[in-house]
Amino acid sequence: MPTADIVDLSRLQFAVTALYHFLFVPLTLGLAWILVIMESVYVMTGKEIYRDMTKFWGKLFGINFAMGITTGITMEFQFGTNWAYYSHYVGDIFGAPLALEGLMAFFMESTFVGLFFFGWDRLSKVQHLMVTFLVALGSNLSALWILIANAWMQNPVGAQFNVDTMRMELTSFFELLFNPVAGPKFVHTVAAGYVAASMFVLGISSFHLLRLRDPSFAVRSFAVAAGFGLASAISVIVLGDESGYTSGEVQKVKLAAIEAEWETETPPASFTAFGFPDQAAEKTHFAVRIPWLMGLIATRSVDTPVTGIKDLKREHQARIENGMRAHAALQRLKSGDRSAEAMAEFDRLKADLGYGLLLRKYTARVVDATPEQIRAAVDDTIPKVAPLFWSFRIMVGLGVWFLFVFSAAFLVLARRRLARNRWIMKVALWSIPLPWIAIELGWIVAEYGRQPWAISEVLPTHLSVSSVSAGQLWFSLGGFIAFYTALLAVELYLMFKYARLGPSCLGTGRYHFESGGRAGPVTLQGTA
Amino acid sequence: MIYVFDYATLKLISWAIVGLLLVGFAILDGFDLGVGVLLPFVGRSDDERRVLLNSVGPTWEGNQVWFITAGGAVFAAWPLVYAAAFSGFYVALILMLFALFFRPVGFDYRSKVEDPRWRSAWDWGLFVGGAVPALVFGVAFGNLLVGVPFHFDGDQRVFYTGSFAGLLNPFGLLAGLVSLALLTMHGGFYLQLRTEGAVRQRAVLASRIAGAIFVAAFAAAGYWVATGLDGFQIVAMPPPDSAFVPAAKTVERLPAGWLHNYAKHPWTVAAPLAAFGATLLALAVSGGRRAGFAFAMSSVAVAGAVLTGGFALFPFIMPSSSDLASSLTVWDAVSSRRTLQVMFWAVVIFLPLIVLYTGWVYRVMRGKITVQRVRDGGHGLY
Repeated sequence: MPTADIVDLSRLQFAVTALYHFLFVPLTLGLAWILVIMESVYVMTGKEIYRDMTKFWGKLFGINFAMGITTGITMEFQFGTNWAYYSHYVGDIFGAPLALEGLMAFFMESTFVGLFFFGWDRLSKVQHLMVTFLVALGSNLSALWILIANAWMQNPVGAQFNVDTMRMELTSFFELLFNPVAGPKFVHTVAAGYVAASMFVLGISSFHLLRLRDPSFAVRSFAVAAGFGLASAISVIVLGDESGYTSGEVQKVKLAAIEAEWETETPPASFTAFGFPDQAAEKTHFAVRIPWLMGLIATRSVDTPVTGIKDLKREHQARIENGMRAHAALQRLKSGDRSAEAMAEFDRLKADLGYGLLLRKYTARVVDATPEQIRAAVDDTIPKVAPLFWSFRIMVGLGVWFLFVFSAAFLVLARRRLARNRWIMKVALWSIPLPWIAIELGWIVAEYGRQPWAISEVLPTHLSVSSVSAGQLWFSLGGFIAFYTALLAVELYLMFKYARLGPSCLGTGRYHFESGGRAGPVTLQGTA
Repeated sequence: MIYVFDYATLKLISWAIVGLLLVGFAILDGFDLGVGVLLPFVGRSDDERRVLLNSVGPTWEGNQVWFITAGGAVFAAWPLVYAAAFSGFYVALILMLFALFFRPVGFDYRSKVEDPRWRSAWDWGLFVGGAVPALVFGVAFGNLLVGVPFHFDGDQRVFYTGSFAGLLNPFGLLAGLVSLALLTMHGGFYLQLRTEGAVRQRAVLASRIAGAIFVAAFAAAGYWVATGLDGFQIVAMPPPDSAFVPAAKTVERLPAGWLHNYAKHPWTVAAPLAAFGATLLALAVSGGRRAGFAFAMSSVAVAGAVLTGGFALFPFIMPSSSDLASSLTVWDAVSSRRTLQVMFWAVVIFLPLIVLYTGWVYRVMRGKITVQRVRDGGHGLY
């Protein structure tokens, strides 16, 4: 059996590589559409400044995109290198969306991205816009397939266990595609990316506006970001992830943990706005509760209960005990008894096979588990509440803040009062890092909240790892951290350098830092 | 779901799909890797190096997706191979990933700062990003022919019992040399097609040297396979149309066993013949005006070399040297019939589209890259 240090190191490595990758992906997802918007205006109006905007923000897009590719290669191979048992056990289902992501989306994105940068003089205006559009479409379709794969980990529909091959196998591709968790997850994730990209453009434009550099360029960029950002912030909140929390057991557990919902309340449940969750005592100290709110958000009804952690644990204990019987039935089949009765017995119990596997952390022989081992496995079924409770609240708080920033920016701009409201530019500039914090916390809520499962109710994380040594893991983990951190430093250096240069870096001779650029005093008045 | 093919046929199709993606990768990303290897040597000045970078700059990203997709296809179609190979070759795979990191950032970041030390550092990074993967692919392929020490337990959990040093056995290293020389030659022929003047002259020399090494090393590997390396053969197994675990079959080793398929199906000899013949044809016209023909021949040689290995191994994908029955074959390492059918349709629908739009992108970006163009291009180029 995999030892605890191998499991912990593998998880740490996955978290590090995924969190790093997810620093770059959201900006790609959103900035690509912002480029499409800017270039569409260029094609429709013929105004050169919009082409320059597309090129300048495209340059920053490229600096970020390179890091997205660099950190993305790891993700495609890491399931095999570090999660070999997972790859065997669910590869029949999980591999298909990854392969489709390559064939349908990543090919498109990567083939056209070169043409986006190098094709300006070789394509007609409309052709180039099409190329930009295909880059945006490809990157977003890519996210769709990855999130279909991820949604299956949260809510594994359309699959069942095959005794002959000792793994899960696909029973319905349709169910995999239309997993009820996948849709909300996709919308929430890409909209979060759009928010990040909008804040990025809004903040950097504000930087230039505050210094009165290239104001006509910056204010147009500011306007695009404010509009796109406002729409995205609304969708990230309204079409948030909550609607996915009603499907699948792990999602219900996650919801209870996020809310520190120890007891099942009479519906509609109250929302704990603040408090200190105490997992050992199974209560929340100093809780501040808002009546009704959670029941409404989580179930969208007034009479559906939100199951509390204590009740969930009782259910899980029954399922773990059932899982032990499922393993006994599986052993009987493996020993060669394929009688109709033995098959029927296994079919009756196989839904809880995964719960039995939770005991493998404590004993090699699941069927002989002791009551203490069962109790420990039951405790494992609830993820650590405090980190989820806090991550979720900070994420939501930031989401509300983004809505405020974009609304304010949009209103100030629409009323042509930008020059008199320098504060909104300062706020936008200093808010640039915040979407990334919200996004990383969102990953933690979704994936840390999935524990102890790699695949909800099917395969525990501790069984999923490869048979590699701790030394090998230290080598790879150390290498990933060193490489990614060094490359991130380089990326940030270039990003700052080019963001500060502004459109001057295009070398057109029309902008601030260039000899031919505008000199002399400029004001914001009248540019809005 | 309506099945067009029976399970056994779909298993064979999965072999063809992965083979096609690997050949596509070796041809398209192969010359990008080769150009990376040649970057510090064929490009002497900064302008010349930018010529090399911009000859592959607009298209290398799409080419690398052949590799990513081949990885995804192996995961989807052969989960056991994906699990056993990637976790078994752990250190080699991680080193290759680290080397590949240099490419996306190297291409994009190198020319964004004027400092010559910065640029030189990235150039060597791109060299590593080309040479290490080219070498590791060959070493990995060579070790498949040697056999890899791994086995499965009753839960189908895979255990690799070898070491990283064990991969660096003489035959594995020879195979690494084969692929490094082949892809370097291929990169040289690509540069002959896309460049002019002094850069092209050096590319001609590079393709000749690398081509000669490839022919010699490939012949040596062939001789070794025929005389010094045991092959594997399935003695008995459940019906190919059924689903079963690797342990359900019986496998034996036999001298010169990897030549078995060539004796049984003589048409497969076309693969090694193409690898040799096309290389010699390409070398014959190297440096002349028929650079397009030379590059096409070089591509045929790359495809021939990959298929030579694939045909020799078939139906094996990853033979086990320590537990023969654990060997992974096209019959027992595969996904379910339903998943293979989904893969089939995905490839039938999307691969032609990919080939079409990739062709269009190459057409738009066609033409020679010259030092003059790189100087004029300034901010718009790498």
